[in-house]
Formats: sequence, structure tokens, C-alpha cells
Amino acid sequence: MSNDAARWFRIAACNAFPLREGRVVEIASRLLAIFNLGDRLVAVENRCPHKSGPLADGIVSGTTVVCPLHAWKFDLIAGNSVNHAESGACLKLFPVRIEDGIVAVNLPVEEEEENESPAREVPDRPLRWVARKPLTAAPLQTEQ
Amino acid sequence: MEKKSTIRGGRERVRLVVVGNGMAGTACVEQILKYSPRFEIIVFGDETHVNYNRILLSSVLAGEKAADEIVLNGLDWYQNNDIRLRLGVRVVDVDPVNKTVMGDDGSVTQFDKLLLATGSTPLIPPMDGTQKKGVYVFRTLDDTRALLDCSRKGARAIVIGGGLLGLEAARGLQKQGCGVTVVHLMDRLMERQLDPVGGGHLKAKIECLGVKVLLERNTIAILGDEKAEGVRFKDGEEIAADFVVIAAGIRPNVELARKARLTVNRGIVVNDHMETSNPDIFAVGECVEHRGLCYGLVAPLLEQGKVLAATLTDNKGPTYEGSTPAAKLKIMGVDVFSAGDFCEATPGNDVVRYEDPALGIYKKLMLRDNRLVGVILVGDTADSHRYADWLEAKTDLAEQRRQLLFPQPALDKGLDVAEMPDNKVICGCHGVSKGSIVRAIRDRGLSTLAQVKECTRASTGCGSCTELCQSLLKAVAPQFEEEEKKALCKCVPHSEQQLREMVRSQRLKSVQQVLDIYGNGAGCELCKPALSFMLDVVWCGGHDEDRSARFVNDRVHANIQRDGTFSVVPRIRGGVTSPEELRRIADVAEKYKVRMVKITGSQRIDLLGVQKSDLPKIWADLGMPSGQAYSKGVRMVKTCVGTDFCRFGVQDSIATGVELERRFENLFTPHKLKMAVVGCPRNCAEATVKDIGLVGQEGSWQVVVGGAAGKKVRKADVLVTVESTEEAVQSAALFFQYYREHANYLERTYDFVERIGIERVRRETIYAPLAVQQGLRERLRKSKAVARDAWLEGDEPRNPTQFVQIQPMDNLQ
Repeated sequence: MSNDAARWFRIAACNAFPLREGRVVEIASRLLAIFNLGDRLVAVENRCPHKSGPLADGIVSGTTVVCPLHAWKFDLIAGNSVNHAESGACLKLFPVRIEDGIVAVNLPVEEEEENESPAREVPDRPLRWVARKPLTAAPLQTEQ
Repeated sequence: MEKKSTIRGGRERVRLVVVGNGMAGTACVEQILKYSPRFEIIVFGDETHVNYNRILLSSVLAGEKAADEIVLNGLDWYQNNDIRLRLGVRVVDVDPVNKTVMGDDGSVTQFDKLLLATGSTPLIPPMDGTQKKGVYVFRTLDDTRALLDCSRKGARAIVIGGGLLGLEAARGLQKQGCGVTVVHLMDRLMERQLDPVGGGHLKAKIECLGVKVLLERNTIAILGDEKAEGVRFKDGEEIAADFVVIAAGIRPNVELARKARLTVNRGIVVNDHMETSNPDIFAVGECVEHRGLCYGLVAPLLEQGKVLAATLTDNKGPTYEGSTPAAKLKIMGVDVFSAGDFCEATPGNDVVRYEDPALGIYKKLMLRDNRLVGVILVGDTADSHRYADWLEAKTDLAEQRRQLLFPQPALDKGLDVAEMPDNKVICGCHGVSKGSIVRAIRDRGLSTLAQVKECTRASTGCGSCTELCQSLLKAVAPQFEEEEKKALCKCVPHSEQQLREMVRSQRLKSVQQVLDIYGNGAGCELCKPALSFMLDVVWCGGHDEDRSARFVNDRVHANIQRDGTFSVVPRIRGGVTSPEELRRIADVAEKYKVRMVKITGSQRIDLLGVQKSDLPKIWADLGMPSGQAYSKGVRMVKTCVGTDFCRFGVQDSIATGVELERRFENLFTPHKLKMAVVGCPRNCAEATVKDIGLVGQEGSWQVVVGGAAGKKVRKADVLVTVESTEEAVQSAALFFQYYREHANYLERTYDFVERIGIERVRRETIYAPLAVQQGLRERLRKSKAVARDAWLEGDEPRNPTQFVQIQPMDNLQ
């Protein structure tokens, strides 16, 4: 990772991410699963450490997701496996923020491809983009 | 008199005769045994049962408990304690001078001490026709059995009396399938325990359960010739019924006390030592009047028994000083607690109130001089223990005035228990303290609730301290095993049966609502799909579907495979397809480079290895409906060729199978549901190992259910044999909807039929009263009317990103 720098990629408007569901996006040759947890969005690699299952298709409960293939459960904030802790399996997490209603994710990129990024630099905002409110009151909710 | 002398012969011990084998008398005897073994005890009971928990009769009526589950003291208890038990003998006379009691069997029994625990009898308000057949009371186990006998499904019942007992009776009957109307004289339910607002909330909740409530109705007559056929009110209005239950209150049984020439008002008058006006005769329980009050609730009666035991065994000292009347309604989903005085008119009383009409929660506290004097809780009784303690201890609440209704939540759940003093009474019914439970757990190595119940008797009364006992076990027992009450999940710790009721009575329409109100707010991958299905069935498809609560298969209507691709199985009803359909399938397979085309075991065709984003396009090209091969729902109907082609076929299995599939397709079921129709008993399409099968015979159909040829192999049970094809399909429909409504999630029909028993399944489907059958059919019709082919979502996705990856606005060039 020492060769890599990170940059923010804008993805889509918040309402592309339905409440408590995951969606897949491909950026910089990576498949990410982005989840709307109700009070925040999180991004992880869309690949279960167990057998590469598509985590974006899993059921989200609270802050966890369950892989649809063999039900390995992960915490989406810490990345650790909840029901196979002994395996040491851990998700790769990426920072997410909202810029003017657009969801953006921070990804490491190769040095040479990064030349335009300083111009795009936006002041860092806190990861937590709204004050934590009860799930039902979160402004992000996009129940279909 | 000869009998008397033989009984008396050579006797040294003091003979105690107990009249009444109910809870109060027996509890008192238990206490007496603790003090002293010098008594020779004879117990008379006019019921023919050993001592049982009368409070739980409502659970027996509701079918939640069997009669033998509510026994408190079995025959062995009487034997082990050397107690002579005379069951079925009513004591009809007392001679206080010669100290004898006379039984209705002609027996005469001498006593040294007499304990009257005669209880009470139901109060029958003055009205015509109460002697008719079909008029019941609800007091004893026999009454309960009689009610169970007449409470077949669809029967119309009227319950006269809207108090605690009347409502519990109504609920029990309703759970047995009766249409129940509660008729109450006063302007609100439980008027002795609730104010008008609380009564209003209670009425709404009871009505939500499906029980009709008529207030301010003075019943003057029971109609019908020999048998009750309805009731007439004072204003002339009449309503019809198949039977009537009178639950209008109780009257203490004091006839014997009068014959014994004791002082009697409404009840047998006793002092604080529980002595009557005769030093050798004592009384306890509902028949007693103490300081002008008669009690009908169990906790005061058991407290009286303790005091009396001390007095009677020459350990006179403890006194009974009266109890705060408290009442708790035990109806699932309708929580009511009331204690103390709640008359707002009393000067100097402060009222603290909280009301949430949408959730039906109402709390009212009456305070005087910063002390709680009365409380009403409707809809949420979680804090009843705390309020009862404040009432009892007359706690000064000056410092807690800001947190009366919502206390600071304890940081950890064990804290509540840890903070409790050892002498704090956990089980009010049996007066068991925290200290004695903790000692029992530690000293005897108890690890289950059942053991705690057996050793300490805690939680065997009304059961409201069950959770506290569990917490104590959890805190103290090293190897505590939580008794799994077949709760759906840790996230929503209630049984599916209970949850269905809560969903219905509280009108919950979404998974998240259920989790927020009855669960931990988050749920998990196990309970969310189960709740999703439950809501679908309860509201016949009229629920708020939450896709996020469902497995990915039900979000994208295809079966996820080990590599994250999906399989596509179009509906081919009855396994009958056409060259044109086959051509389209072949074209689709080539166009989308489907990795494998496979004939399934269900007479269908599976296209394997499809990308999620291709699904809507494939469905459009196929132009066929979803085969639902991915869901816990109706899969298919397998058929043989039947009379159309087969030399042996005697029934048209293909047309019948296609029709059966059409009627049920697109509906969800607790687990996958497979069917088959065969045209003759040779059974080529294996109908006898399907969830539902129709087996054609010469001139009739056999409808079979609960078969399996999967993880388990089970031959299906015959549900019924009928002549016409329509009857066969109708019988299958009754079973189909019954299974949807009663099975646990992920319970296949073969487990369900074994658990319920085929006899009961028959009784409650094909042999059920017409009204019940119509109910099942109507709910199936409603569900079917809103069920649609899931693949239509290919054209109208739930949201724009349902099937596709999101294209990022920024990417590396």
C-alpha cells in the first residue's frame, strides 16, 4: 500500500442505495459492495473472504451483513467476522462520505494515475456525515 | 357415630380438617406442614381433581396448556405428607359443638381444628333462563372442559361480564375458533381496575383481537327453549349465540360458616391473625372478609395462608394487614396492570399520565404526598413490578419524580437483579424471595427454570415473574440453559404463534415495525425472512413488503449459485410445454451463453449460470412466468399423462395438475411446496411423496398431504377421498392455506403434519365448520388476488438498481 495514494471517487446519488440493501459498483478495477445502513453508508470489497461470495447480495441487519452463499456474517463497521471469528477473516473497508447528495468512496490508486487528483482535492469531512439518529429518522432512507 | 369413634380410636395427633382443596387452602396446608408435623390432616374437595392452579384455567381454555400442566400438588404430594384426601365430597354441614363435619356422601368426620377454604362461586346476575343448557360459568377445571367441548370452530359465544375473568374467557374461546361477543353492564371494561381512558384502550385492543364488545348492555334473559340460543337486553335488543358464559363476578361461599355460627358479613370475618369468631375454626382465601374486604386474587390469599399457618400451629405472631388490590390481565398482546386507588377526584392526588393512542399505550400514576397510591398500565406492563414495589413500600418518590414513567435504563441487564436486596419478593404468588431462589440455585445446582419452579415454587403461579427468575438463573447458575420456548429468534424472542397474534392485534405491517416493537430493532438473516412471510400471510399480501428483509433469491427472483450467478426456471405448468416454448428456451440459452441447460427433477427446465444483470432480459425473451424455483413458495405440480394418452389412466391428471398449479402459483409458503397429480394409483409422478398430491382412482380422487422425498422420505397421509375433481382441488386448497397460516417458517409439510397430527389437520380443514372453511378460502382468495408473477419486475423494477451494477460518476480513465 505504500506505493498507493488514495482518492475520492464519486459514485451516484444517495437514493441509488435502497435502505438496508447492498449495491455493487466497479471502480478502478475493484468490485465494491456499498450498503445503506440507514444512518450511514459503508463500502467493502464485494468478496466474502470465505469463498468469494457476493456480499452485496446479503441480508443487512443492524451493522452486519450475511454472505448469501454460506452465511458468514461480518460487521460492516469493524470488518471482522461475527460468526467465524476464529478464521480471522476480515473485510476490506473503504471510507465513504456524501458530497452534495452524491456518495463518494475513498480508494487507493496507483501513483502514476493519480496526477490529476491534487486539483480535485476537497477538504476532508468527517466520515460520519450526519449526526447519528434513530434508524427511522435518518434522512438517507430511501425505502422503495 | 360409629365411624367417628373408629377414626378417633388411638389418635394422639391433632386432627385438622380442611374444607376446600383449592389454591388458598392447600397453600396454607403447605405452610402448616413447614411448622408442625403434629397434625393429622384430612382435606375435602368437592371437585374431583387434585389441587391445580386456577389462575391458569384461562391458558387451558386457550389451548396453551393441558389440564395436567396446571396441577400444583399431585396425588403423591398428599401421600408423602400423609394427608387424607377426599375428592368429590362436598361438606354440607358443620356442627361446631360436637366438632364434626358432614359430607354429602353421608360421612361424618370429627375435627379438632377446622379450616374453611371454601372459596367462592360464580355470581349469576338475576335474569331469566340461566338454567338452560348451553349456559356456562368459568370457575373450575370441569367448567373449562365443558367450555372446550362446546367451543368448536365457528360457534358463536356470548360472554356476560367484561371483567378480568370474562375477558380471559372470551380470549380463550376466541382462540378455540369461536366468534365471541363480550356483553358488559358498565360503560367500560374492567371498570373496577381501569379509568375510562384505560378502559377505552383496552376495548380497542380486545376488538383488534377479533372479539366483539358491547357495553352498557343489561342482559335480562337467555333465549331459547331448552338450550341457550341467544340473549335479550333490557332495551329489547336480542343477539343470537350457540352458548353463553356468565363471568359476572364471584360470591364468597359462606353457607358452612353460617352453619358453624361464625360471624359472617359478605365473607367469613377474620382478624389480623386470621382467626374467626370460633377459636377452633379458621378460614382462608376467597371466602374470607378481612377489614371489610374480600380478595379474589392469588397473592393476598397466599399471604393470608402464611399468617394463618402461624396462628393455627400455636406460633401466633405474624399478622395480615390487608393487601393493595392489584390485577394483571394475562392476554397475549393485551397487557393490563392495575393496582391501588385511581380515583382522580380524591383531593390532594397528583396524576401523572402518558398516552400513545397509536400504539395503544396508556400509563397513569396516582401520587399522594410523593408516594404512589395507584397505577394503571395498558399496552405496556414492563414496569409493573417497579410500581407494585413502590405501592407496597410506600416509597418516597420526591427524587424520582422526573423518571416516574421512564426510568434510566440499567447499564447491563444483570444489574437489576444484582441490585435487588435478598429479601425482595420475586414471586408474589408464592412469596418466594430473591435470597431463597439464589440459595436454591447455588446449593442444589439448579440450571433450568423448570428446576427452579420445582424446588422453590417460584413462577408457578401467574407466571409474571418468569423473566426475573430467568435473570437470576442467568446471573447465578454457572451452567444456565435458557429454555427455548421455540422462540422464533433471539432478535424477537416470541414464538411464531405469539408473533402472528401480535402482528394481527397490533396491526403491524412491516418487518421493521415488528423488530422495533417486539424485538431488538435489528433482526437477522434468520428472523427477517420469517417475519416477512408471516406478515404476507397475516395480511393476505396486504403488508408493506420490505425487500431488504428477504433473501437475495426473493429480491431478484432467481436462485443464487455457488459462483454468485443465478439459475432461471420458467413456469411449465404440470410439466407440459410446447415446441414453440422449447425453441424460445433454446434461443435464450444460446443468446445469453447459458452455461448449462438441465431438465430438473420437477419436470421443468433450468438455465444455469446467468448473470444478475441479464435476468430481466432473459425473462423478457422467454415470455414465460417465473417458476418460483428459488423461493419458499409454490414450486410446481408434477403430472403423469393420465387419461389423455395412458392406457391405464382413470383421471385427467394433466388438466387437474395444470389447474392446481394455476390456483396456487405465485404464493409463498413456510417452506418450498411441491405437488403432483397422478391419473391412477400406479403413481408415476410420485404424488405420495409430495407436499400435496392428488391420486386418481376409478371414480374418485385421493388427496394426500405431508409426503417427502428429500432429506427425509415420508409417505403422505390421506387427507380425504372425494368424487369430483373440483372437490379434490378445494380440499387441497384448504390444506394449503391451513399450512400457510399454522406452520412455522421453514417447516415442511411433512414435519408440520407430524407435529399437528393428521386427525387434527382433517378436523380443522376438510371437516371444519363451513364458516372456518370459508375463512380459509377467503384468505387464500385475497392472497391470490394480489399475488403476481415476480418476473414482471423485469419490466418494472422495484428500484432502478435492482438488477444492475451502479455505474460510478468518476472512474479511472
